[in-house]
Amino acid sequence: MIKRAFKTWFLWELLVGLSLTGRYLFKKKITVEYPEEKTPLSPRFRGLHALRRYESGEERCIACKLCEVVCPALAIVIESEERDDGSRRTTRYDIDFTKCIYCGLCQEACPVDAIVETQEFEYATETREALYYTKDMLLANGDRYEKQIAANLAADARYS
Amino acid sequence: MTGLEMAATAGIWTLEILAIAVTVALSVAYITYAERRVIGWIQVRKGCNRVGPAGLLQPLADGLKLVLKETIIPTTANKFLFIAAPIMSLTPALVAFAVVPFGETSLFGIWDGPHVMAIANLNVGLLYIMAISSLSIYGILMAGWSSNSKYPFIGAIRSTCQMISYEISMGFGLVTVMMLAGSLNLADIVHAQAGGIQHWYMIPLFPMLLVYFISGCAETARTPFDLVETEELVSGYYTEYSGMWFATFSLAEYGAMILISLMTSILFLGGWYAPIPALDFIPGTFWLLGKTAFLIFVFIWFRATFPRYRYDQMMRLGWKVFLPWALAWIAVVGIFIYTPGLDSIINFWMPWR
Repeated sequence: MIKRAFKTWFLWELLVGLSLTGRYLFKKKITVEYPEEKTPLSPRFRGLHALRRYESGEERCIACKLCEVVCPALAIVIESEERDDGSRRTTRYDIDFTKCIYCGLCQEACPVDAIVETQEFEYATETREALYYTKDMLLANGDRYEKQIAANLAADARYS
Repeated sequence: MTGLEMAATAGIWTLEILAIAVTVALSVAYITYAERRVIGWIQVRKGCNRVGPAGLLQPLADGLKLVLKETIIPTTANKFLFIAAPIMSLTPALVAFAVVPFGETSLFGIWDGPHVMAIANLNVGLLYIMAISSLSIYGILMAGWSSNSKYPFIGAIRSTCQMISYEISMGFGLVTVMMLAGSLNLADIVHAQAGGIQHWYMIPLFPMLLVYFISGCAETARTPFDLVETEELVSGYYTEYSGMWFATFSLAEYGAMILISLMTSILFLGGWYAPIPALDFIPGTFWLLGKTAFLIFVFIWFRATFPRYRYDQMMRLGWKVFLPWALAWIAVVGIFIYTPGLDSIINFWMPWR
C-alpha cells in the first residue's frame, strides 16, 4: 500500500520508462545508409530476370514455354521457330516487369536453368516502356550477372 | 525627449525585438531537427543526416519546402478567419517572449550596474505570461471553427478543453512561486533564488515543478497529451491547413514549448544562476539557455517514451490530481510562512523577508 503510493506519487513507472529510452539513446544504431551501404542478400533473392547461356555461348532456352504457362501474372510472351540446325529456339522472349510479381515460378519451372532471377534490384526507370525487357536485354543481363547467378545456384544447390 | 532620442529608442527596441523573434524562429527550426535526431537515436536509428553536414541543413530545406507549397483554402471555409487563425496563434507565442529575462549584464563594465536583459522588465511579468499564453487558444478555436469541417472542429474543442483545464493547475502552481518570491517580476523571482542550487525553488516546490512542467506538456499539446492531433482526428485543428499557414501553427507550438522551458528554468531552476556560486564566472545567459535546452530535450524524451493519454484520463489528471496538489501545496507553503517556528525553515528560500 505504502509502496504503491510511493510508486504513484513519485512517478516511478514513468521514470523506469524514461531510463529505458535513455539507455536506448546511446545504443549502437542499426541504420543501414542505403546507397552507400547495403544489407546482405539471400542467394534465393528474386530480383531482375536473366536468360543464361551455356559456356559454349549457346543459349540455354529451348522454348518449352513452361515459364510462360506457369507465370501467374502473364508477364512472359514467347514465340518460337525451328532454327537452321533443326533445334527449337525462341524468336521472341519478352518479360513485362510492370506485370511481373517476382514469384520465381518461371525459375522453378525451367528444366534447363535458362530463366533465373538475379540479385539485381536497382533497375528503376522513368518510363513504363523501359521496363519491357526483350530477349536481347534478358540475354545481356545473363551475360552481365553470370558469375553471380552461378555462385548463387551453387550455394543453393544442396537444398534443391 | 528629442526626435533623435526617440528614433534611437525605437531603433534599439526594433533590434531587441528582431534579436528575439529571429532567434526563436531559428531555434524552432533546429528544435525540429533535434527532435528528429533524438527520437531517431532512441529508436536505434540515425535520424536525418543527409542534407548538409550531419543533416544540419534539413530544417532549412523543410522550411523552404513549406514556403513553396501551395496554400489551399477550402471553398467552404471562412477565408478571413482561416487566415487570421494561424496569425492569432503565432502572435501570443512570440509576444510572450517580451518579458522573459535572458540574464543580467553590465555590458563588459560599460554600465555601472547589472541590467536585466529583457525587452520589457515588467512588474507583472508572470501575470503577463499567463495572460498571453492563454490567448493562443483563440487561434486554435478559430482554426477549428473556420475550417468548416468535422475533424478540425472536434480537435479544436479538445484542444481548448485541455488548455483551459491545465492553465488552472499551472496558474495555481505559479501562485506558490509568487508566495516564495514575493514578486511577480521575473527578474526578482530569479534574484530570490540566488546563491546556489539549494536556494532554487525546485527544492521547496518540487511537486509544483512537476505540475508546472507536465501541465506545460499539456498546454503545448505535446506527447503524452497530444490527443488533439491524433490520427483519429486526422491531425486535429490544422487538418485543412497547408504550406505556410501550417508552418505558422507548428512555429507557434514549438515557440510555446521554448517558452514553457524558459519559464520552468526561470521559476524553478534558478534562472541564470549557476548551481554552485563558484561557477558564476560563466555568463548567466549560458546557464539559462543550457537549462532551457535540457528541458526541451526532456520534452523530446517524453515524446519518445510515453504513449498517449486517453481523453478522460487527461481530464482526470488535470482536475483530480494536479489541481488538488497545487491547492494543497499553496496551503502548505502558506502554513509554513505564517506559523511561528516553521517560518524560519521557509525563510531560507525567502531572502527578501
